[in-house]
Amino acid sequence: MYVAVKGGERAIDNAHRWLAERRRGDRAVPELSVAQVEEQLGLAVDRVMNEGSCFDPGLAALALKQARGDVVEAAFLLRAYRTTLPRFGYSEPVDTGAMLVQRRISATYKDLPGGQILGPTFDYTHRLLDFCLMAEGEAPAPAPEAPPEGDGTSPHVLSILDREGLMQQEEPGTAGERTADLTREPLLFPADRDLWLQGLSRGDEGFLLALGYSTQRGFGSTHPFVGELRMGEVAVEFVPEELGFAVELGTVPVTECEMVNQFTGSRSEPPQFTRGYGLAFGHAERRAMSMALVDRALREAQATGEATAPAQDQEFVLYHADNVQASGFVEHLKLPHYVDFQGELENIRRLRAMTAGESNAEAAQ
Amino acid sequence: MSAATNIDGGGTLAGYNFAYLDEQTKRMIRRALLKAVAIPGYQVPFASRDMPLPYGWGTGGIQVTAACIGQEDVLKVIDQGADDTTNAVSIRRFFATTAGVATTERTVEASIIQTRHRIPEKPLTEGQILVYQVPIPEPLRFLEPRERETRKLHALADYGVMHVRLYEDIARLGRIATSYSYPVLVNDRYVMSPSPIPKFDNPKMHMNPALQLFGAGREKRIYAIPPFTKVVSLDFEDHPFEIQKWDEPCAICGATGSYLDEVVTDDAGNRMFCCSDTDHCAERVAAGEGPGAGESR
Repeated sequence: MYVAVKGGERAIDNAHRWLAERRRGDRAVPELSVAQVEEQLGLAVDRVMNEGSCFDPGLAALALKQARGDVVEAAFLLRAYRTTLPRFGYSEPVDTGAMLVQRRISATYKDLPGGQILGPTFDYTHRLLDFCLMAEGEAPAPAPEAPPEGDGTSPHVLSILDREGLMQQEEPGTAGERTADLTREPLLFPADRDLWLQGLSRGDEGFLLALGYSTQRGFGSTHPFVGELRMGEVAVEFVPEELGFAVELGTVPVTECEMVNQFTGSRSEPPQFTRGYGLAFGHAERRAMSMALVDRALREAQATGEATAPAQDQEFVLYHADNVQASGFVEHLKLPHYVDFQGELENIRRLRAMTAGESNAEAAQ
Repeated sequence: MSAATNIDGGGTLAGYNFAYLDEQTKRMIRRALLKAVAIPGYQVPFASRDMPLPYGWGTGGIQVTAACIGQEDVLKVIDQGADDTTNAVSIRRFFATTAGVATTERTVEASIIQTRHRIPEKPLTEGQILVYQVPIPEPLRFLEPRERETRKLHALADYGVMHVRLYEDIARLGRIATSYSYPVLVNDRYVMSPSPIPKFDNPKMHMNPALQLFGAGREKRIYAIPPFTKVVSLDFEDHPFEIQKWDEPCAICGATGSYLDEVVTDDAGNRMFCCSDTDHCAERVAAGEGPGAGESR
């Protein structure tokens, strides 16, 4: 009698125990603490918070540890937890202009009010493996500090162009208008900018990067400049119903990117610059920049009513940017499909029998 | 097989609501379900939540079940017709843990049956709910990738593309070569994907006394076939719809009218066929049926 290939409960339990053992690795090596992940793998934590749509560095670090460093799996864990949290309201829009800037650069102006601040960046490092880290040497000496200029905030670079009237005017929001929330509403098309920005901010970084890159290579041509890239802490404010005014809940680190693109103008609008916008939790420049490129591509399509490149196609971008959905569906192919496959087997055998029957009949003639 | 058993020994998971989802979310899903029942075959968008199981592994079905299930319910979960496939085990455990409900492997005992890829062989009865896990709810998706377009086609009941596709099969291959996810027309109005059940199961949807609910989590759609609703598999007068048949009966219970899995038994190409519906097969064996039943042994 054949042995069923169908798995049982015991198989699942044992597989998960094996997984737990693998996660721990060699017990002779000290166990990684969640605090160590949070402090020393901070950029992975930031990515998990973005793709997990939840700002909580501690939980993101826990998810990374539990997922054995698999970032998509960690984002999945964080999202599944986020689902169960009650929603008590929406914060006020954060004011990134009031950001306490740790890093702020512009590629469009050599110098500008507030200055160029490099901050903690990989830029201009030589990518040489540092074997000292392997030798577990002493902690690096603290970086030198300088007092902030003024109050530590800087005006947005694009406001300079804005004052000249060279920037396309953004549509002002109306008072009391709710922004879209695709974690609480189904994704419907056509999507407006608030919805797609939200979708992009939690999208897969690799996918965003590839889409953004594709616009630079001619698939939905953009000629972008980094008007400004800034990173630092912003205050999150909330208006409790019973108080009626905003109170600060705390601060979160964010990375914001504003891309400037030329728009040649139309019959109704003079030539001007348009904006692509990216915003992400933590220090996530690649994400924010890619997001800004894709945002600009989507705006182009919205303005012209024509999507000629993948990055301009709302449905293509928004349906496929979500890596938790994508990995789930790709990996579901591991589930048994033998009922459907049996249908295909029967089908292909019947079709082959029909073809064979026809050629036999031909041969007999 | 004994009566209803609770796999994890009862009790719900600390820190989580009954059946995992919060009550507001359940209410949102129930509203979508009511609309779906009111418009048979119409895909209702709903604000699908991130679930602790992966997308594509039954998150839509799980949310529908979570929104329907009560403490008195008895749940059966099948995948490929079987209760003991890994994903069915995993989902059954999920509800045993988060809702503490009784579970069963018997089709007749279940008040809610969540399924992937099959409809049980035993006819369902009034009061039962069959919850389908749906990967791609849009029957026209592979003909038109864009949602805005397909919604328009449904609104206009413009299903020409689907008939052309079926016709092209006949023109090219001599028969309609769709063996699963075979499109149906529900209540004379909406063309609907039956989810990837084999076309063998399509006729069971027609005038079924049970409530059939379909949940697609990743695609954020819910649709339904209310009890006793007309469900017709698309076909042509000269190429009528037909279902799969096997040349041999189930090797275990001798059934001839059930959907069979093909099991390869060695590396010399030998194979056997047995019921995909494990409960149906076990019940027949318990009743003394078998490949030799009726003959002298």
